Formats: sequence, C-alpha cells, structure tokens
Amino acid sequence: MTIFGGGKKKIISAASQNITFNRRSLLIGGAQAGVGLLLAGRMTYIAVAENERYQMLSESNRVNLTLVPPRRGWIIDRNGKPIASNRADFRVDIIPDRLVNPEQTLDELALLLNLPDDEIERIRTDLEQSRGFQPVQVASGLRWEDYAAVSVRLPDLPGVAPIQGFSRQYPAGAAVGHLVGYVGVANAEEYDAEPNPLLITPGFKIGKDGLEKQFEQELRGEPGARRVEVTARGRVVRDLEKRDDVPGDPVKLTIDAELQRYAARRLGEESGSVIVMDCKNGDILCLASMPSFDPNSFSDGIGFDEYAMLREDDHVPLRNKSLVGLYPPGSTIKPMNCLAFLQAGIDPEETITCGGGTRVGNRFFRCHSNHGSVNMDKAIAQSCDTYFYKMAQRIGMDPVAAMMREHGLGEEYDLPVPNQFYGTVPDPVWLQRKYDRRWTGADTANSSIGQGYVLTNPLQLAVMTARLASGQKLVPNLLTNTRRTKHEAMQINPEHLEVVRAGMRNVVYGAGTARRARLPVENVEVAGKTGTAQVVSLSRGDGRNVPWKFRDHGLFVCFAPFDNPRYACSVVIEHGGGSGAAYPVARDVLTFLFDREKALEDIAALEAGWGGTIEERAEAKFAAFQANKAAASAGNDSSNSPDEAG
Amino acid sequence: MQIAFVPQPLRAQPWGIILLLLVFTGFGVAILYSAAGGSFTPWAGLHAVRFMVFLIMALVISYMPEELFKFAALPVFVIILLMLLGVEILGQVRGGSQRWLELGFMRIQPSELMKPAIVLAVARFYSSLPPAMIRSWSAIWPLLIMMGLPAALVLLQPDLGTTITICVGAVTVAFLAGLPMRLFVGAGLAAAIAIPLAYLFLLEPYQQRRVATFLNPENDPLGSGYHITQSQIAIGSGGIDGKGFLQGSQSHLDYLPEGHTDFVFATMAEEWGLIGGIAVIFAYFLLLRWGWRLSLNAPSRFTKLLAGGLTMTIFLYAAINMMMVMGLAPVVGIPLPFLSHGGSSMLTVMICIGMLMAIDRQTKKQPQTSLSSGLLV
Repeated sequence: MTIFGGGKKKIISAASQNITFNRRSLLIGGAQAGVGLLLAGRMTYIAVAENERYQMLSESNRVNLTLVPPRRGWIIDRNGKPIASNRADFRVDIIPDRLVNPEQTLDELALLLNLPDDEIERIRTDLEQSRGFQPVQVASGLRWEDYAAVSVRLPDLPGVAPIQGFSRQYPAGAAVGHLVGYVGVANAEEYDAEPNPLLITPGFKIGKDGLEKQFEQELRGEPGARRVEVTARGRVVRDLEKRDDVPGDPVKLTIDAELQRYAARRLGEESGSVIVMDCKNGDILCLASMPSFDPNSFSDGIGFDEYAMLREDDHVPLRNKSLVGLYPPGSTIKPMNCLAFLQAGIDPEETITCGGGTRVGNRFFRCHSNHGSVNMDKAIAQSCDTYFYKMAQRIGMDPVAAMMREHGLGEEYDLPVPNQFYGTVPDPVWLQRKYDRRWTGADTANSSIGQGYVLTNPLQLAVMTARLASGQKLVPNLLTNTRRTKHEAMQINPEHLEVVRAGMRNVVYGAGTARRARLPVENVEVAGKTGTAQVVSLSRGDGRNVPWKFRDHGLFVCFAPFDNPRYACSVVIEHGGGSGAAYPVARDVLTFLFDREKALEDIAALEAGWGGTIEERAEAKFAAFQANKAAASAGNDSSNSPDEAG
Repeated sequence: MQIAFVPQPLRAQPWGIILLLLVFTGFGVAILYSAAGGSFTPWAGLHAVRFMVFLIMALVISYMPEELFKFAALPVFVIILLMLLGVEILGQVRGGSQRWLELGFMRIQPSELMKPAIVLAVARFYSSLPPAMIRSWSAIWPLLIMMGLPAALVLLQPDLGTTITICVGAVTVAFLAGLPMRLFVGAGLAAAIAIPLAYLFLLEPYQQRRVATFLNPENDPLGSGYHITQSQIAIGSGGIDGKGFLQGSQSHLDYLPEGHTDFVFATMAEEWGLIGGIAVIFAYFLLLRWGWRLSLNAPSRFTKLLAGGLTMTIFLYAAINMMMVMGLAPVVGIPLPFLSHGGSSMLTVMICIGMLMAIDRQTKKQPQTSLSSGLLV
C-alpha cells in the first residue's frame, strides 16, 4: 500500500530507482561541493579580508607588555649626600589573583626563603586586604641564591612573581624616618585615586609619608617597558624588546644629613626633637625627631610585630615631634616677651622685687625661686617668673601676643610636609571665641611664662630664635631649589634686640640657668634660653621625681655664634624633667657644627652608655619585645589550660 | 598505466586513493609534529603508526565480498547498539557521562563505530526492499527505529555531533534509496519547527551555551567563546601563506585549545595559511569524488547505497569540523579525519575507506556493468 494514496500512482522499478539514485546522488554531491566552496570562501574571508585584524589579535595574545618600575629619584642633602637612594634588589611578590592554592604556596615560600612567623602573618594580612591584582610583597633584599630557588620553582608556584628591581634605601635609617617618610605598595584607595597601571606593577612603590609622599610626582620618573612573549598561562617565553625607564628627579634638601644623623644619635634614649636653622636664610639644617621608625623596614613592608612594637611604645615613634608635637614653650619665650615690654616703653634697667612670686587678682603666682631685685637682664638669665607676671600685667596681653606672632608662633609654614600642628597664641579675642570666657590677668600671667594656653611646635621655637638672633623675618625652607623669599627686617628696634640677646648670653655666660651649655669650641659663644613646661600641676609633684609620663618637658633654644649669629637651634625633650635634659643636647649639636671631630668623639662614649647605636638599640628592643610577647602568650596558654581541662 | 614487472597482488591495490591518503596523513603528521613544539611525541609518531595499522586493516576489509557485508550488516548493527546501551548503563552506574568501553588493549567508542554501522544496516534494509514498496509505510518505520535507537542513546551521552552524523548518514541512504521527496521536504519543515524546541527542552545547559556562543562568540570571549575566537584568530592571522612551519604562535603558546584534536585545522591554517586550507579542502574533494564515482559505478543497489552513505559519513566529519573551526557551526567535538590525533575516529574513517575499497575492487571485477551507470562525474 502507498502512503500518499491521493496522487497518481508512480510505477517504481529497479531501473527507475537507479535513475532516482543517480539524480539524488548528484544533488547530494552538489550540495557537498557547495559546502566545500562555502568553507573555502569563509576561509578566504577570514585569512585575507580579516587577516590584519586577526594578526593584531594574535600579536596581542602573544606579546605581553609589562611596565618596568622607574628608579625613584634620590633625596639628597644640601651637600649632595643621599638621604634616600636606591639599591639593586632581588624580590619576590605574590599576585593574589593568580594564586591557585594560597596556603600551600605560602608554606612553600616560607620554606624556600626561611620566612619568620611574623612575616608570614604580615603577608597573610596583606593578602586579605589587597585587591586581587595588586602585588603583595613576600620578601625583598634576597640573596641571589634564594631568588634563583624561587625562580626555578615558578611552574609549581602560580601567582608568585620574582622580580629583579630596585628598592629604596635610607642610609641614615631612623634618623630621617619622620623627615622623609617611607615608600610602599599602593593600596586600594591610592589606586582608586590614581588608576594608573604603574601603581599595580609589581615592584612599584609610592611615597606614603613625609617628603616621599609630598614629592611623589617629582621622584617617580617614567616607567620603562618590556615586551615579552608569553603563553596562555602567563609563562614568559622570551624577551622581545625593552625600553629603559627614566629615573625620577632628585629632590635636594636644605638638611645637612650628617648633622641630622648626629642630632638623632645625640637624642639617645630620650623622646624629643632637635631643629637647627640657618640664621642667614632660614634653611632648615636639621629636623630630627626621635625615637623614630626605620624607613628601611617600613619600605620593605614592615613586619606585624615590629609595627605593633612601634604603635605600643609610649615614646610615640610614629609621631614627628618636630612638626606635630605641641608643647607649652615655657620660659623659652621670655626673651621674646621682653621685646614686647621694651616696645611698650619699659626700661630694661627697671627692677621689680621677686619675693618668690606675686599676687595677680586673687591668686598667688609662684616663681621657682626668690630672686630679690630683678631687672630685665637678670629676668632672662635667671628666668624669673615674677618679672614677667608683673610686666605683662602692666602692658596687657595684646602686645605680647602680637610679638609672638611677629616671631612666627601660631603660624603654619609653607613647607612640603604632610602635617604641621601650629599651636596657639592666645589673646582675649581668641579666648572669647574658643571658650566663650573673658580674658583675665591670670591668663596674661600664665601666657607671659609660656604656660597656660600657649602651645608651640619645636620648629616654631627654632624660627622664633632665628628671628630673634637675626632681626629678620626668616621663613623656614626645606628645599634648596625653591627660591628663598627675600626676608624683611622685623619691626623691632635693633637696640631692643641687643638687650635681649645680651640677656640670653648671660643665661650661659652670666649667672644664668644653663652655664654648662658653653661650647667646647674656641671663639664661639652661644646664647640661649632654657624652658621647662609643666605636664601636670605642681600639686602632683615637682615634675622630676614622678613617673616618666608626668615629668616636665625640657626645652632649650639658642643661637651661635653670639656676635654674628649663624645657627639657631631648638631642643625639646619630652618628659625630660626640666631644661637640664635639653641644653646639653643643643650644646653638642652646635659643637658638631663647629667641630665635628670633637662632637663625634663624645657621642661614641655616650652611646656606649646607652647600649649601642640607634640600630643596635632598636634591634635589641625588638628582640626583647618578641621575647616578651612569646612569654606572654606562653603565660596565657598555661593559665588557659586548666580552664580547658575543667 | 600498467607496469609489466609489478606482481599482480600489488597492481591490484587502489594505489591512487592510497597515495592520496598517505600524502594527506603525512601532512597531518607534520602538523602534529609542529603542534607538539617540533616533536614526534606525543602525537605525530603515534598518528603515523596508527594510520599504517588502520590502512592495512582497510586493505584487509577491501578483500571482503559484498555478501559478507550484507550478511554481517544487521548483526554488527545490533552488537554496536548493545555496546551503546552498555556504555549508557555503565555511565549511569558510575555517574557522569561516559562514551567508551575499556577493552584492555584499547578503548572503543561505540558511538563512533555506529556511524558506518548505521549506514551499512540502512543500506542493507533498502537493498532488500522490493522497489514497489519504496513508497509505503514499510519503507519508513524500520528506518525510524534503526536511526532512532542509536540516536537516542548517543544523545543521552550527551554527544550532539555524533547524533547528527548518525541521523544524517541514515537519512542520506534513505534519500538515495528513493523515498518520496515530499517526506524530506516535510521533515525539513518539521525540523525547522522542532530545532528551537529541542534547543530549549532537549539540550543540556552546556550545549545550549555552545549554541548561544556560536551565534555570538564575542559575548563570552574567555568562556565558551574562547575556543571559537582563538581558532579564528589562528586561521585569520595565518593569512595567505601562513606563518611558516613551526612558527604558529597561537598553537605553540597554548592560546588555541585542542590544537592537536578538534582544532587541528586551525593549527594547520596558522602555519600553512589559506594555501594549506585550500589544499586540505581539495584533498577532501578528491576523496569524496572517488566515493561518489564508486557509488555511481557500483555493481549492485546495496553497494551503491553503501558507498553513498559512507561517503556522506566522511563528508560529515570534515564539513562539521571545518565549519566549527571557522565559526560556521557550534563547537560539537568532531575531529577532522586524517589530521586530528585520535584513535577511535581514525578507526571509523578507515573502516569506511576499507568498505569503499572493497566496493571499488568488486566494481573492477565486473567491468561490464559499470558502463551502464558510469556516465557521470
């Protein structure tokens, strides 16, 4: 029976089937030939018409362009000595995105590179915090053998990138930590702010703090490039082409690196700041703040424990005391206040009687001693508070505050630093605005001896001293290539300055408070002023025989040589127990400027007493910290175990 | 051309086609040598050895008489169908998809063997069907069963490419056998409706993705579109004369996936360019022309249908593979005969070649019948 019964019946025979077969096989053969032609046409189209496009795609597959981090510009001191330079370095990084088995990879690296536990902890934290494409540093400063050991195992360590590059080096170490800051791998926020592929190039670091951060663009330079042939899995097959990097520009500072290093060493175990300014042009020769961190270890990616130690230290090594440390200036502002008195018409020979203090309003203000009959010269030399209470009462606060401002207190200077705290020059208007309170005579009395609301940073004290010594409105500089502003003379009678400077000379050479501040250098006389800033009220003790953090700050400002002032210096020792902690430091720093050999002889003896150089002491301290931590955790474990058992 | 001093058994071999296959496979060996980065291991050497073994096998097959093929057609079909079922059951038991049977000395992929087996079985069926019944139901339902059972089993594996090859092979024989044209037109229309439905309900998600990717590979350049994109980059960057032997960067740097198996054409095209590609297409043209000539000149209805079906099977391998590689078909995992490295597919293709040679030999034995139908091509 047929399926399609309706139509006319076809007679089907073997012969007609054969004809159908021939016809249909021709049809299929033709269709196949058509497909063949279609394929040939398609291939021609791809290989000829689109050849250029696909060739480009093939090249972009094959060739990988990697950026070569530029060598960072040097930071050099006024004599061209490097403060921050670069050294050739073998490093190993991890690209988190490409890690296949993070734990196993880390274990293997720890074994290959002998990584200590706290470093591994640091790498783990960094890995967690990084975005996948940003490299995390595993180790730097490797020996060639270790670098090679990692390199040959690369096929088994996906995500690990050994890099031969440059790393930042700070020859003076901790001595310049606060000044130059440090460099580090760009973090997620920094990359968001500047989405430049260079920032996530392995081995590239940006300035994180201090001058390194301020001069990032100048120091950075232009990256080089390397074209390499890579496989689909990212293995480099061979180098194709290389373009060299353009190193960053150097930044030349007014700092004298050797002086800076000396001052940092001289601060020893104390927490404090030393600033030296050039009285001729305002150059900052030394801006030391100790204790500090070692920018070398920060730039290498600081270990977890080392950072914890810095953070927990009560001497706050992470704070730049020169610029963001604020202290009551104490008696160091007395010479300047005398200028205000002189300008208000007070005769320097006029005497007052110090009976151990004076009454202001209904309160008795004490002096630290009973000075008897006191004129201006004696008031400066012996730091008689009563003289200042009385004279300031007579002329009022406004002229005193004006004189403070004339000397640069309360001012934020135009310096390339990330942070400055500019303190307070109090006056009645300020008090009303800030605390909604009327100014009283007691406020004037407190301010006249640099206590109360008066707050300054150590740099301001150095600027004050430099202006006093030179009679010029000096502005501090950190860079030699910026045009130093032409300094105008201060609106002060030169005779007044003579009087005050003579008083400061007598602090050291007369019957003064710092007679041991004389320089062991012939023909160079120093003039200065001591200061003691109370940390807690005298009712809590005398400021000396109390726990460290309640002790008075010790201050000293000075300039030398007396007859032709060249250097102005301020020293602040936190909780030094009085100015006695400060002026020997100032003396030795000034000695270094006039007779280096003499100063260096003395420092060696001092350091032997403290337990070694800055680096040796830091190392010992870190070892002690780790031992302490280990002991503490062991203690915890043993105290916990009974609980667990119970 | 007769050379008097060559012994008869040697003269009796189909030298033309053997030479073509030797040159073709030799080219394949060169490509695989390059794909391995200039090495005979792991692919090129094995490829050459396998081909020689299978060529001898094909020559042995070529001595088998038509009656043996006819006799064995249905039993062989049933055995392979049972093997397919076995693979499916094993897969169910062990979990996951499995396509081969482990025989100890080699792995057999029954779905590959089904490609010539279905052609053999369907040709056997139509050759024994009386001409008068060709337009009846009896001509259709056995085809549907013979085609439907293996197709369903292979689709379950799931292997879309092989399913298509099996169905098209069977349908081709039926078409050549003279089933009413209206059936094919109707089936074509039905397929046009059914394919979108099948896409939605029959295909696995990964197969759906492959089809979607095929329609727009740039959508997913690193996922499933990666194969097609990299393959076209390899072919396109080869240009007219290629990058040169051993100079292909796409294959040597591992950008081209499966460069020694399914995407061997791209490996070839990158180094040999359009010239190499046209040469490959021309080689297939010669092979298929040989097949169709055999089919037209074959001495019996069975051998005619068989030759046509086998030629179609070889064509399907080559055409689907090259269309896939050039972005004209979705990625379905079909190797390119004589060039791709892989045992099962070469075995299948050489079985087809062996049977075609057998038909050739039988045709030459009876030169008198060839005049009646050998008028074309």
